[in-house]
Amino acid sequence: MTQRIVTGAHYGLRDWLAQRITALIMAIYSVIAVIVLISAKPMTYGVWHELFTQGWMRVATLLFIASLSWHAWVGVRDILMDYIKPAGLRLAMEVLVLLTIAAYVGWTIQILWG
Amino acid sequence: MSEAAAKMQARRIRPKYLNLRALIFEIRLPLPGWISILHRISGALLFVALVWLLWLLDRSLASEAAFNQVKQYAGLWPVKLSLLVLVWAYCHHFCAGVRYLFLDLDKGLDLATARLTSWIVLVLSLMLTVLLGWQLW
Repeated sequence: MTQRIVTGAHYGLRDWLAQRITALIMAIYSVIAVIVLISAKPMTYGVWHELFTQGWMRVATLLFIASLSWHAWVGVRDILMDYIKPAGLRLAMEVLVLLTIAAYVGWTIQILWG
Repeated sequence: MSEAAAKMQARRIRPKYLNLRALIFEIRLPLPGWISILHRISGALLFVALVWLLWLLDRSLASEAAFNQVKQYAGLWPVKLSLLVLVWAYCHHFCAGVRYLFLDLDKGLDLATARLTSWIVLVLSLMLTVLLGWQLW
């Protein structure tokens, strides 16, 4: 019987590239966010709420979280591959991480458009 | 056997297994190695802390009263300290990440430059943390 490895990457280049592109998207968002936050000081509820009702901010934040999801998945899986050796435990933890990421994305959409 | 010879003898014991004591006290991690492990630790920390940050965002957008509650909550020193740690983690992850992007493009690979950019990442991320912390409160 062929030995199959269930957990691991197996498609290095795609995720390597994805991690870098998503990093750039998050970096651009971060710089803009910091500039917006500093220029809007002192922050009031009115300004804060108004900022997150604007379409571009909602879409940009969703793009940020989407990038973060893919980026964090690659990163956390790398950590699990390095330190968690038993295949069953690693698979369980990978599933847990994926569920956490899905919950993060769902919650973000709810916050932004809820 | 002289002391020096005994030391040499002890050093030659092979195989040598890694344990926590060896990792902490015997292996001297070079500076770029510290940047690397801190990149990993800060990334993991941010991933775990995201649930808390999303909760803060959720509350802050819920209503004016909730927004003011979040503001008050963020002023408590344990909360402030935790947020500062996360700001540092973000800044470090950001700066070290930019350094890695340059390394990917084969820029700054020689030892002297790699050490210099490691120092820049370490110092710059701490300076950014102070600056952003000062701006936030």
